[in-house]
Amino acid sequence: MFTTKQKRVKYLDKYFSFIGFVFTSLGLIVLGALIFDVCSDGLNRLSWDFLTNFPSRKPEKAGIFSAWVGTVWIMTSTAIISIPLGIGSGIYLEEYAKKNRLNNFIEINIANLAGVPSIIYGILGLGLFVRAMHLERSVLAGGLTLALLILPIVILSTREAIKAVPSSIREASLALGATKWQTIRFQVLPAAVGNILTGIILALSRAIGETAPLLMLGALTYIPFLPKNPVTFSKQFPFMNISFQGFLDYFTVLPIQIFNWVSRPQKGFIDCAAAGIIVLLVITLLMNAIAIYFRYKNQKEW
Amino acid sequence: MPQARTLTRPRVRGNIDLNIDVKKVDGMNAAKVFDIQLFNSFYGKKHVLKNINLEIYEHTVTSLMGPSGCGKSTLIRCLNRMNDLVLNFSIQGKIYYLDNDLYAKDVDIIELRREVGMVFQKPNPFPKSIYENVAYGLRIQGIKDRSMIDEVVEDSLRKSVLWDEVKDRLHDSALVLSGGQQQRLCIARSLAVKPQVILFDEPCSALDPISTAKIEELIFKLKEKYTIIIVTHNMQQAARVSDMTAFLMLGEMIEFGKTTDVFTNPKNKVTEEYITGRFG
Repeated sequence: MFTTKQKRVKYLDKYFSFIGFVFTSLGLIVLGALIFDVCSDGLNRLSWDFLTNFPSRKPEKAGIFSAWVGTVWIMTSTAIISIPLGIGSGIYLEEYAKKNRLNNFIEINIANLAGVPSIIYGILGLGLFVRAMHLERSVLAGGLTLALLILPIVILSTREAIKAVPSSIREASLALGATKWQTIRFQVLPAAVGNILTGIILALSRAIGETAPLLMLGALTYIPFLPKNPVTFSKQFPFMNISFQGFLDYFTVLPIQIFNWVSRPQKGFIDCAAAGIIVLLVITLLMNAIAIYFRYKNQKEW
Repeated sequence: MPQARTLTRPRVRGNIDLNIDVKKVDGMNAAKVFDIQLFNSFYGKKHVLKNINLEIYEHTVTSLMGPSGCGKSTLIRCLNRMNDLVLNFSIQGKIYYLDNDLYAKDVDIIELRREVGMVFQKPNPFPKSIYENVAYGLRIQGIKDRSMIDEVVEDSLRKSVLWDEVKDRLHDSALVLSGGQQQRLCIARSLAVKPQVILFDEPCSALDPISTAKIEELIFKLKEKYTIIIVTHNMQQAARVSDMTAFLMLGEMIEFGKTTDVFTNPKNKVTEEYITGRFG
């Protein structure tokens, strides 16, 4: 019934879907092996003490308290700096900027910046924030550096999100006598917020795993203290004190702590590193899950 | 923002009130709302509208009819200056709205668009509740009075004959309504800001015949209070709803007159060919 040529075409079709399946599973197998390896080393080491102990010379006493608190500090300052800057620039470039040479130049360079290796940002941060601005190896210097690193990603994803809002919505708003800003504030941004959030979370989950730029800044690996608590309570008036001193304290972060442990000879520290990797993995996967949730929720509404 | 001059009140040049330029349409005294004189428009170098002359009278329905690409949508979008959003768009000639030069530098576009509302080709409700869709026009004017907004929302929905269908679910998403209901919601939304003129840009081209009939009925009712301009490529629709008809082709105004005259006794051969269905 079929000519041989048609049979061959059908055969090729099956063949390619099989190859595609093999390649996809290869990636998954490697990931699975990695997770299995890390878990077999690190799961025993995971405990409440591991999360609440400072690093130590003895592997069995070492913990990641200063590292995960440092990660929270760094991520918070990165988010505070990069989100308003990124969204603001995204809105400006997409809605207000006129199409001229200067803006084209800016646009191309922002796209290029997203591809610059992170160590370059580390060198910039070292020269600009640590040395020129005398911020030392502080949380603020680290946050600023990582904020610069993810800024292009935040700007690009904001622009994409704004672009995805149908122009009919804008026209409807403008035709009712809304100003441009009202249209952006009440129609465009609410419609784009899901995609903007997705982009921000993915950018932050990239920043959370960054080691190179922070090593470049000279982030320490052995930190037996935390940055100063921003909010402290007391029994005297005004009962609550807010301090930003913590932003100027030294810090370490999870990837740096893991990097340090991996390079030590004792077997115990390898287990600590594996346990640290599990914690970092869980945080990253959680952030990605939140991003996927926002994307999914946003798709349903449209 | 500098205080915009009110567009509703006619500007007085010297001592002569130019607004009272009364023409007789169907035995009624009708004032000119728009006066389009030798109007040309361009997208970049492309000449879209060529020397258009047109007058729109108060409380009438004027239809702009013609084949696709004849410039009728471009023309209607000049009347509330929506074309300002288009890159490289430029104009020559004059449009007067109640004797105000529409393209003068000191015209407040925001104020203009409140006076000259627009309903688009594809129903485009905001992804919000039915109530919020209608209330939006008031909210952006800074009106916060709940009872007043409630009143305007109900009134607008009643005027657009949607109230009975949605009164029990005002706070549901507008996106669950059918296409025809969405289009009537869009009409209600533009009524809420109390316009003088409503522009309809092919309002029924995405709708089924029953929804179309409802919209046409509505347009017929609305002309008592508003001046209506409707773009359509559907001749029957133009014949059914409008008092005045303008026939455009390739950017030129071929014929303009009372709808009955244009359809029963066209002066131009091209118009005759179009309405008898020889092309288009």
